Amino acid sequence: MYYKFDVVIVGAGGAGLMAATQLPNASVAVITKVYPTRSHTGAAQGGVAAALGNQEEDHWKWHMYDTVKGGDYLVDQPAAEILAREAIDAVYELEHRGLPFNRTPDGRIDQRRFGGHTRNYGEGPVRRACYAADRTGHMILQTMYQTSVKNQVRFFNEYLMLDLLMNDGQACGIVALEIRTGEIHTFHAKAVLFATGGYGRAWRVTSNAFACMGDGMSVAYRRGIPLEDMEMYQFHPTGIYKVGVLLSEAARGEGGKLLNGKGEYFMERYMPTLKDLAPRDIVSRCIIQEIKDGNGVDGKDYVYLDVRHLGAAKIAEKLPDITDFARNYLGVEPITEPVPIQPTAHYAMGGVPTDTDARVVIDEQWTPLPGFYAAGEVACVSVHGANRLGTNSLVDLIVFGRRAGKHMAKFIAENDYVVLPNDPEAYSRALVERLYSSKGGESAANIRSAMQNEMDDKVFVERSENGLHKALDTIAGLQAAYTNVQLQDKGRHFNTELVEAIELGFLLDCSEATIHGALARQESRGAHFRLDFPKRDDANWLKHTLAFKGERAHDVRLEYKDVILIDDPIFKPKERKY
Amino acid sequence: MNVLIRIKRYDPDRDSKPYWGEFRVEADPIDRLLDALNNIKWTMDGTLTYRRSCAHGVCGSDAMRINGRNRLACKVLMRDVGNKVTIEPMLGFPVIRDLVVDMDSFFDKYKSVKPYLINYDNEPGTERLQSAEERAIFDEGTKCILCGACTSSCPSIWGNSDWVGPAAIVNAHRFIFDSRDQAGAERLSILAKREGVWRCRTIFNCTDACPRGIPVTDLIEQVKRTIVYNDPKGV
Repeated sequence: MYYKFDVVIVGAGGAGLMAATQLPNASVAVITKVYPTRSHTGAAQGGVAAALGNQEEDHWKWHMYDTVKGGDYLVDQPAAEILAREAIDAVYELEHRGLPFNRTPDGRIDQRRFGGHTRNYGEGPVRRACYAADRTGHMILQTMYQTSVKNQVRFFNEYLMLDLLMNDGQACGIVALEIRTGEIHTFHAKAVLFATGGYGRAWRVTSNAFACMGDGMSVAYRRGIPLEDMEMYQFHPTGIYKVGVLLSEAARGEGGKLLNGKGEYFMERYMPTLKDLAPRDIVSRCIIQEIKDGNGVDGKDYVYLDVRHLGAAKIAEKLPDITDFARNYLGVEPITEPVPIQPTAHYAMGGVPTDTDARVVIDEQWTPLPGFYAAGEVACVSVHGANRLGTNSLVDLIVFGRRAGKHMAKFIAENDYVVLPNDPEAYSRALVERLYSSKGGESAANIRSAMQNEMDDKVFVERSENGLHKALDTIAGLQAAYTNVQLQDKGRHFNTELVEAIELGFLLDCSEATIHGALARQESRGAHFRLDFPKRDDANWLKHTLAFKGERAHDVRLEYKDVILIDDPIFKPKERKY
Repeated sequence: MNVLIRIKRYDPDRDSKPYWGEFRVEADPIDRLLDALNNIKWTMDGTLTYRRSCAHGVCGSDAMRINGRNRLACKVLMRDVGNKVTIEPMLGFPVIRDLVVDMDSFFDKYKSVKPYLINYDNEPGTERLQSAEERAIFDEGTKCILCGACTSSCPSIWGNSDWVGPAAIVNAHRFIFDSRDQAGAERLSILAKREGVWRCRTIFNCTDACPRGIPVTDLIEQVKRTIVYNDPKGV
């Protein structure tokens, strides 16, 4: 079918819905491959940062500083300023829409501590994270969806995007597969927003949902748009051992501590000021170091998260969901026992490059592609630089989702439709039919599993040239095998085997770009730690990676663009200590 | 452990009626039932069809009928189901394929109770104030993930598909008792109608089914008492 809307938004998580509700006078379609309330925003737990100062003195500039420093200075500083300033108003907007924040005794939004968020430029932890128990993302997603229902936003549920349509140097729509019927549809639009989230399923141990397959990144990448800073991938310190399910940093924000196999609260030794509330890249590396030093529990590859000293009442009030996860998946009672944890693949700092209005920019000169927008984890603004602070993902969604919506409102008023390219569904039909007709005998599940093992093994917290070269060869081999993927399921109705096979293609693209960026970046910065280049190198590497797709995995072309700094000595890059 | 998994299968393209498929899988006692389903799909039968996303009980995709009770497949562990488990699609919804059901009517009912904050006052420059006690009154309902397990477990909906069902009432409750909301009376009048709260017979299946531990029946009773007495405690 052919549909025509002013705006097409792909993805119904926090960023997509925030944008959708900024467009009251436009025709808007939100396309999602799940139901909107299943989006992975709903899994975010701990909080959303904003310098409201409800609990103690706080300022947006302190939040900006923490964001820049937390990102190991790979952050575009004007974007971080927008993030920190507009977070305040965006959180109030969420409250006005009904979000049930926890409250202070005087009825204001309660705030708690979170990793890397400090008072007065690093003096000590500050209460900045606004929260709703340990289901803040769930409440943001529910509140956004409620507002969308109120505003009568048009949803296309269980549609998988296959392609971005461009003509005449502008974006003009998308093509999507309706999962329930197997039909392919064209959505013609003046403006397209990708809000499709991350690609955490490229790793085996992951906090990410099965939906987090890098859809938007890959679809843009295949159309010649670069991916920025893909080597900057965050491994959250506290995933449930072996399962990867997240145990929120809120546990440490409320006073929880990491414990090694010798019964030592080891973070005090590494980071004397912030201790367990140091940024995630640092805490994850400390855990890996403890394990390498033989301080894992019983000599194994995990340590403990200990919240026993918080007491049953506080745990029940502030951390009910994550204690439930520990009970359910490990059979561990956090009130009386420490919880086994390990770093888990969590968040892409990189993604589709955008400016601060969420417009996609396609080269090192910041040239926008008119009509094309990206926001949320799929995008790289870049506010998270080399390492995102806890709670800043939700801030990113609401601030830049809102800016995307507002800018699209202006764009569609000033611009007409661009005509569609010839035969707009050709690429998508070929993609689907090739999978249906292939007799190559390869299993998508086997390829995905091999990719995840390789990414866990060689593209994890610590990396090296040798390992990354091997990983790239592995991915190249898996891409070759991917061309021979054969489906068992030839049905057209609700064919989830087809969906998974298409998504595997997305993940392989994202893995390829990640490894290329990581191989080239011969320094250690934020989440990217090279055993063979353990120091940060501002003289050569204070710049963003742009990876452009080539024919094959080895043919990726890398370009670089400068990090945008502002003229203020406080934000000048310096060594990161906590 | 070795487990026999019986799954009610149906593919509208091939099958004139549902049938039982059986699979034997090796599983770890702490594997999720969802892991076993994935194992079947990825290594035995790629046509097995079910929904899943977050895999840890917060997105609500994989609600299904497991040994006769509605559960999320990602919250049930193999050690809890034993050596034989029977899985069916949720009752009360049309089956699309295998374990996938049509949720459109479920979301339409949700939308019918105005599940969003309605407040006619001008927005203040900062947050609206609300005490911790006022917030606690509607806390339970905010945990709802709209998985459908409660509504589909209710015998009243099996008998009458027009009934609004427990999930919609929980989400109405969440706003009726929110001190910031001004449309409680509108929602109460919707729920006082023929297909509203009165078709609830306090069977408690919904409370048992809820994967989020929401006391669903209690919340429905509070709405009933408010309609009759204008007071959730019914004094």
